[in-house]
Amino acid sequence: MFAIQLPNLDFLAQRRRALIFSGALMAISLLSLLIFGLNRGLDFTGGTLIEVGYSQPADLAAVRTALASGDFGTVMVQQFGSTRDVLLRIPPVGEVNDAELSQRVLKVLNDAAPGQVELRRVEFVGPQVGKELAEQSGLAVLFSVIGILIYVALRFEWRFSVGAIAATLHDALLILGVFALFQLDFDLNVLAAVLTVIGYSLNDTIVVFDRVRENFRKLRKGEPLEIMNQSVNETMSRTIITAGTVLFVVLALYSFGGESLRGFSLALMIGVISGTYSTIYIASATAVMLGVSRADLMRAPVESVIDGRP
Amino acid sequence: MNRYPLWKNLLILGVILVGLLLAWPNLYSQDPAIEITAARGQNISAASLGEITAALENAKVPLKHIEVLEGGKLLARFNSAGEQLQAQDAIDQTLSERYRTALTQSADLPGWMRWLGLKPMNLGLDLRGGIHVVIDVDLEAALEQAIERYSNDLRGQLREQKVRYLAINRDGERLQIIFEDAATRDTAERQLRREFSGLSFAVSDDAGGITLLASLPEAEQRQIKDFALEQNITTLRNRVNALGIAEPSIARQGERRIVVQLPGAQDPGRLKEILGATATLEYRLVDTEGSVADAVAGRMPVGSKLYKDRDGQPILLKRRVIVTGDQITDASAGFDSQSGTPAVFVNLDGQGARRMHDVTTENVGKPMAVVFIENRTTTKLVNGEPVKTTRKVEEVISVATIREPFGRRFQTTGLDSSTEAHNTALLLRSGALAAPIEIVEERTIGPSLGQDNIDQGLNSVLIGFVLVVLFMGVYYRVFGLVANAVLLLNLVLIVAVLGLLGATLTMPGIAGIVLTIGMAVDANVLIFERIREEVRIGNSPQASIAAGYEKALSSIIDANITTLIAALMLFSFGTGPVKGFAVTLAIGLVTSMFTAITCSRAAINLLFGGKRLKSLPV
Repeated sequence: MFAIQLPNLDFLAQRRRALIFSGALMAISLLSLLIFGLNRGLDFTGGTLIEVGYSQPADLAAVRTALASGDFGTVMVQQFGSTRDVLLRIPPVGEVNDAELSQRVLKVLNDAAPGQVELRRVEFVGPQVGKELAEQSGLAVLFSVIGILIYVALRFEWRFSVGAIAATLHDALLILGVFALFQLDFDLNVLAAVLTVIGYSLNDTIVVFDRVRENFRKLRKGEPLEIMNQSVNETMSRTIITAGTVLFVVLALYSFGGESLRGFSLALMIGVISGTYSTIYIASATAVMLGVSRADLMRAPVESVIDGRP
Repeated sequence: MNRYPLWKNLLILGVILVGLLLAWPNLYSQDPAIEITAARGQNISAASLGEITAALENAKVPLKHIEVLEGGKLLARFNSAGEQLQAQDAIDQTLSERYRTALTQSADLPGWMRWLGLKPMNLGLDLRGGIHVVIDVDLEAALEQAIERYSNDLRGQLREQKVRYLAINRDGERLQIIFEDAATRDTAERQLRREFSGLSFAVSDDAGGITLLASLPEAEQRQIKDFALEQNITTLRNRVNALGIAEPSIARQGERRIVVQLPGAQDPGRLKEILGATATLEYRLVDTEGSVADAVAGRMPVGSKLYKDRDGQPILLKRRVIVTGDQITDASAGFDSQSGTPAVFVNLDGQGARRMHDVTTENVGKPMAVVFIENRTTTKLVNGEPVKTTRKVEEVISVATIREPFGRRFQTTGLDSSTEAHNTALLLRSGALAAPIEIVEERTIGPSLGQDNIDQGLNSVLIGFVLVVLFMGVYYRVFGLVANAVLLLNLVLIVAVLGLLGATLTMPGIAGIVLTIGMAVDANVLIFERIREEVRIGNSPQASIAAGYEKALSSIIDANITTLIAALMLFSFGTGPVKGFAVTLAIGLVTSMFTAITCSRAAINLLFGGKRLKSLPV
């Protein structure tokens, strides 16, 4: 049989060290968020983003000079993906909802380099819409956390629920921290990735908890800590394989999915790695520290949702 | 043991076959095509087919296929995008009087597939290129206009019924009608209640004098707003249709927004100009008796109003409007046959034509003015809060002497350029907007980026898929191959369901599919790891298979439901791109549960069920 041979490790013995490590990570993430803040993308701030493709490698200095002649306020000019693609970002100024701005900018660029500029993308988001998107996104995160919390509490027990949420928030916060620390662009796609990570991280945690519950019922003896440890070990190969396959595809997205999905796939990558770690060290450790016991789980309903038998 | 009953196997087979059939159309390539519709007052007939084919032959553009579609449309397909553009030129140059063309794409499906109504997935704008704009409708302005209209109507009604009133004033959202005595007010109240069922009336005798208060009830306000939004959607649809863009989508979003999606559209500048324009025309008589100088000084002659012409010169016009823009049934741009200047040819409806005829008959030899009215909305930040102001620009674009009475059809000159004539005609044709609008979001994707996105998306799906398939094959051997077959089936089902729901595939949607590939194998990993464990503790192969599937089930369901909750939240709160991601993620989760639990079990049962096994290739 070809399988990953895993030694039976005492994961939870490391729980104090893990908590210190995670605590430090969280502190750095929170500090980065407080000090630097998220580099919120156009979706949330409003403004205009223009991507143009040049027929030859673009001369950014020339582009800047051309733009300086027009009255567009501060325009951020940068290369995007290749030397021929240029990305312009224009924050919203006083007069908002200026949907015509992109036309004026394009005209200036076209005049400066006739016949060489091709419009690839325009995104304009009015400040009001940006505010709404930010609000709705916050609500989406809040409601998914609440929804999942209720589900886990119903299916398991509140101590598990708290452990699962602690692990999940840990992962989400870490992604936000990395994006704040390195000032990466935080747009709607990245937010979608954060929500996906919330789902994924829980998915991971629940598989372990499921085993913990089963073992509590099956094994008459054993301290909660031992049973937790055993469960983590039993599910370890699955945890690694699934994290591995997800990482494979996310890496494929990161490398071949193009510039616009880079932030999205990076967030997923961080989330998958952190999710695997947090399942073992945060979720289970929290449940143990909250004093989960066999009696708590015996009362949980024993039911299979779908009849899987032939 | 480990056998599915026949019905279960047949059911699975059925789902697989239907999935394959629904996903099949996506394998065909998209042809560049032109959609041809008849111009106003024309029809698509059998002769049109021959006429267009002949025009294309003349221009030496090779035609791949042409057919009549439902709803009076023709669809012509071409071999390349270059030929498609040449063909559009050829048709526009020779037959523009009778046909309108729009560039589009159409899958090259065989006849039977079309007969079954099978279609490939819709591609989002980020994959095929196009323009997406979100338009905010100023509903407060619509309400404002309604109150203004009521105030005029109340005046007219009281005058008609010869009920004397002192004044009608605006008081916020209410109208105050002040009377001399209570008896008159009571008569008025009776009259008005009968005539204006939409308004609610109340009597008030406080400081302002003997007053009747008219206000709009909540339900009426909502109706006015709803109507304004619906009317705007209709108008925008007309305008977009006039622009000649295939498969436009114009839909209401929430209480006050409209989303316009135009696949393949390339010129956001012109689009925004046409969508946002609120221009209309009004025809008024010139007040030849009143003095312009007096009016400028503030002594306005009764029944007149001061306007400016294009050069900024003041001109005095009668308050009474002869004809407004909404009485115009058709308009086309052209040139005045005498002066050669740009002109708009206008057709009026019955009522408008009658009025125009009456007025022009009475006023032969007198001057009549055409007023061009445009609402321009700008938003400014005041104390950090955006404040919208709508400025009404009214300009007299032409003054001409009425030489003879006219009615239904006439022309208007005095426009700056033929472009303006063209745009004005287009706007008059499609009707006026019921409320001012403003573009609050725009996403335009150029065609080259769309193609890049498709290529990159397909690449990452393919590479992610191959990596996972290789790993599963090596690690779980025969079971791994089953998981891979099931994964492929999962992809087919996602595509099938997307097509079935009429959902749109976007770039984040592709990301959702890629992610599903990674997560879908999780269910099988859980099951296979469980089977290995069972084998390890000494259970028989058959019992291990059964126990593996059974025991992994609750984990799989719990795990998928939590992710599904996140996906549903993303769907309900997300917009545009995020929604696309949530849709494919949710569909992928559901199909992966079906394939990884039921289909993989069926395959394993077929392979191993009921056999005497010494060991399992897991």
